[in-house]
Amino acid sequence: MNPADLAAVWLTFKLATLVTLILLLVGTPIAWWLARTRSGWKGPVGAVVALPIVLPPTVLGFYLLLLMGPNGVVGQLTQWAGIGLLPFTFWGLVVASVFYSLPFVVQPIQNAFEALGDRPLEAAATLGARPLDAFFSVAVPLAKPGFLTATVLGFAHTVGEFGVVLMIGGNIPDKTRVVSVQIYDHVEALEYAQAHWLAGGMVIFSFLVLLVLYTLNPTGKKK
Amino acid sequence: MKKTLATLIALAFAGLAHADEVQVAVAANFTAPMQQIAPAFEKATGHKVVAAFGATGKFYAQIKNGAPFEILLAADDETPAKLAKEGAAVAASQFTYAKGKLVLWSAKSTIVDAQGDVLKKAGFDYLALANPKLAPYGAAAIEAMKALGVYDTLAPKFVTAENIGQTYQFIKSGNALLGFVALSQITKDNQITEGSAWIVPAKLYTPIKQDAIVLDKGKDKPAAAALMKYLQGDAAKAVIKSYGYEL
Repeated sequence: MNPADLAAVWLTFKLATLVTLILLLVGTPIAWWLARTRSGWKGPVGAVVALPIVLPPTVLGFYLLLLMGPNGVVGQLTQWAGIGLLPFTFWGLVVASVFYSLPFVVQPIQNAFEALGDRPLEAAATLGARPLDAFFSVAVPLAKPGFLTATVLGFAHTVGEFGVVLMIGGNIPDKTRVVSVQIYDHVEALEYAQAHWLAGGMVIFSFLVLLVLYTLNPTGKKK
Repeated sequence: MKKTLATLIALAFAGLAHADEVQVAVAANFTAPMQQIAPAFEKATGHKVVAAFGATGKFYAQIKNGAPFEILLAADDETPAKLAKEGAAVAASQFTYAKGKLVLWSAKSTIVDAQGDVLKKAGFDYLALANPKLAPYGAAAIEAMKALGVYDTLAPKFVTAENIGQTYQFIKSGNALLGFVALSQITKDNQITEGSAWIVPAKLYTPIKQDAIVLDKGKDKPAAAALMKYLQGDAAKAVIKSYGYEL
């Protein structure tokens, strides 16, 4: 691999790590709410969270490009706040990836919370635990498999992101040129040998990630 | 049930095979003129055009791997020549259907001046161009900037798009204040449609000769031959010129 490829790998790792951390922080309360609420908003919110699963990444990228651009609502907000514009920046990719990978983090956690049912929390309450205490000392540990799945999928899905990055990235070395874009460039430029290094690496990486997930978290054995 | 389905599918494909269709891979920069030429061609000849628009480099890979295209309207003259040499296209059919012009463009009306001095002042965050590795217009932009002696100062401001269609989108959305696109993308009826532009002098870059060629799958196909002929006729030429290409 040449230095440009290595830079892309490092950038991708940085991006995916950051996005996964943000998503665990943002996604957990959303998942909790979705799992426990009886509000009529559950349907609409759940649908919005799941949108990136069905939308082509280009659609997401296209609207993010317009929204975060100088004429878009988000773009005007970031400019007003003195941050400048997000497209073509690393933080632009972070914001886009958070949207893009949101369902892959929220849904496993939500499923885990839902599978808990009311009883463990009621028991905790009977023993005198406050809701927040019950959440951290009962719900979260019991939902650990869900968190593990969410972390792995959020990370892996961000690594695999392509369409959105292509639309808003601008292919800048060390800022927005991630592995998937670098592979694409190699293929387009007919540099198949270099493409194989990265593309083959992605296949192995993805396999290992899923292998770890399924080994630590066997499905079908839920209690 | 299975049998009926199979028959239906077979019939559908038989129908496709008999229709006088020509499948064309068209360089992204030639999208607008092609969309005007195709219906005129269909009306004149009764054949049907199925066009795919995209980057020439991608088409090359697809053609080499069995894509069903019969004609390639490339964004350069090297790719058709390469395909011919590798036996994937008919060498004798290659001709230049348009010569592209590079233009420095901003969607805002006050940004680009008539001499292109805005490049020397460099008072902007991003300069959009097509990936020079993949797109001839991107390579031409690099050449022109080097000739002007502004390449080194501008290189950190580059945002590169997959093709010039996407380059246009970066600029049009305002995310890049200006950038290099094809004159054809911003020209209609011999006029620049919006924003401000500087047509880069032809002496600053190698001419962008866009060649057409009949591919292996289009050999001996009447519809393909008809389209190649039509592209060299006066009606098509008038359209091509009106979009800011030279001939």
